Amino acid sequence: MSTVTTQSAGPEVTVSERIKGERRLGLWLSAPSLIVMVLVTAYPLGYALVLSLYNYRLTDPGGREFVGLNNYLVILSDPLWWNDFVTTLVITVVTVAIELVIGFIFAYVMLRIIRGRGPLRTAILIPYGIVTVVSAFIWRYAFALDSGFVNQWLGLTDFNWFGDRWSALFVICLSEIWKTTPFISLLLLAGLVQVPTEMLEAAKVDGATAWQRLARVTLPNMKAAIMVALLFRTLDAWRIFDNPYVMTRGANNTETISFLAYRQNVTLVNLGMGSAVSVLLFLTVVAIAWVFIKGFKTDLSQVRGDS
Amino acid sequence: MKTSRWWTVAGIVIVLYSLFPLVWMLSLSMKPPSDIVSRQPQFLPTSWSFDNFREVFSQSLFTRALINSIGIALISTVIAVIVAMFAAYAIARLDFRGKRLLLSLALGIAMFPQAALVGPLFNMWRGLGIYDTWLGLIIPYLTFALPLSIWTMSAFFRQIPWEMEQAAQVDGATAWQAFRKVIVPLAAPGVFTTAILTFFFCWNDFLFAISLTSTDAARTVPAALAFFQGASQFESPVPYIMAASVVVTIPVVILVLIFQRRIVAGLTSGAVKG
Repeated sequence: MSTVTTQSAGPEVTVSERIKGERRLGLWLSAPSLIVMVLVTAYPLGYALVLSLYNYRLTDPGGREFVGLNNYLVILSDPLWWNDFVTTLVITVVTVAIELVIGFIFAYVMLRIIRGRGPLRTAILIPYGIVTVVSAFIWRYAFALDSGFVNQWLGLTDFNWFGDRWSALFVICLSEIWKTTPFISLLLLAGLVQVPTEMLEAAKVDGATAWQRLARVTLPNMKAAIMVALLFRTLDAWRIFDNPYVMTRGANNTETISFLAYRQNVTLVNLGMGSAVSVLLFLTVVAIAWVFIKGFKTDLSQVRGDS
Repeated sequence: MKTSRWWTVAGIVIVLYSLFPLVWMLSLSMKPPSDIVSRQPQFLPTSWSFDNFREVFSQSLFTRALINSIGIALISTVIAVIVAMFAAYAIARLDFRGKRLLLSLALGIAMFPQAALVGPLFNMWRGLGIYDTWLGLIIPYLTFALPLSIWTMSAFFRQIPWEMEQAAQVDGATAWQAFRKVIVPLAAPGVFTTAILTFFFCWNDFLFAISLTSTDAARTVPAALAFFQGASQFESPVPYIMAASVVVTIPVVILVLIFQRRIVAGLTSGAVKG
């Protein structure tokens, strides 16, 4: 509150002092956020890095010993890690690809619709706001043998969707797609409204087909929005935990990397091994972000708005 | 004329896509538990009743979890919004070193794999004695809500015509009056929208809730749903879980119905500058 007064009481202070004061104020105002964010993420991550070098189970605290990189070697040579890696990769690629297409269609409808724009946006926000675990239960019970209507409707009588890896992953992806497509469609809508209509009109006058206008005018003009939406959703899908937990508890090879980290750390209290999984999970996220930012040249200033 | 009708049809399809699973949830929540063990489950209940809701509200597992969910989400939201407000103000109005660092850090944390923290936090919280407490959940929620709050609010703050404050002072208002009567009304919608998005985030969390709690002292509804039992061991818990799900969905639906415009503006302005 007083910040505003010092700001506007400017005239009598010299310029350099004023700039200094502004810098100091900026730091003071952002310090609480900086401290909380660093303390609660960087410190535990560093702690995990240290723990990952030990053989340490909470059930056997006395047996704690330094093992160097052995935990990492054990994990990376275990088919379980690679199985979870593939599961996570499949979920990420499938959901993000489908969401991008459906999300774009939704965004386009939201842009063009005239009657009922408000109700449409309201409806689309419901999956966005719904609790992920609730979404997981809704879809699980829709496909479950004892409660679901899907088998009756499709005439599959007693097909057990959760008894097989790929059919279980199908339902997991379905729940994930249903819940997160609205988010991606809103990000794409923000990009879509920025495409200059004059360019589209000009292309139309020049005889471009609807498809050409989409591929040559609309999509290139909203590339930044698409890349940002992709980056966000990819990293979000990569962390998937709630849906597999509720639907399968990781049975039938549907365990994801986040689930493995949770199970090793919390269920098995195998903190050494679990911490190594945590560090590996973190590294995979850094790698994905790096590919997007350096490889695909995703312009994050679009996100931060500080350009 | 004709094409606009097609867009409306497409809009109706999207509305059905969004709401159909909710109809299914409502249907399940009104079913008698005996409908679940039947060999040919139907979409709609054989008889509709609110008994499942009555049963759910009679179980302390649920009522305690509901209180925990509401309390933890509200406290985390209020703290996150206040702390982020300072940072967002600094980002929108001041020029200082560390601004880029703050924004990059916020971005990094938004992408951070939360499951990587579950192990160390589980261990640290036990050492600090805040495992299975409200505080133990509020701290991680605050941390991961901050980036979202900082972006959304700084995007809103950038659009505020701050010169109006000086103009008001020129017209004879005191600094406090200028702030109170000019800036607060302009900033309030952005702050409020940010609070809604932050609340959704805290309300939704499952990973921390299941990892950092062990009793109903701090267990929130999403975590409690995984522990639900039927009224007797021979009864399916499905209708009860769905009744509880309906209850936690109600605040989401209410907020969306009232603040649809603001939520859309908040989601899009924070992410891609307009």
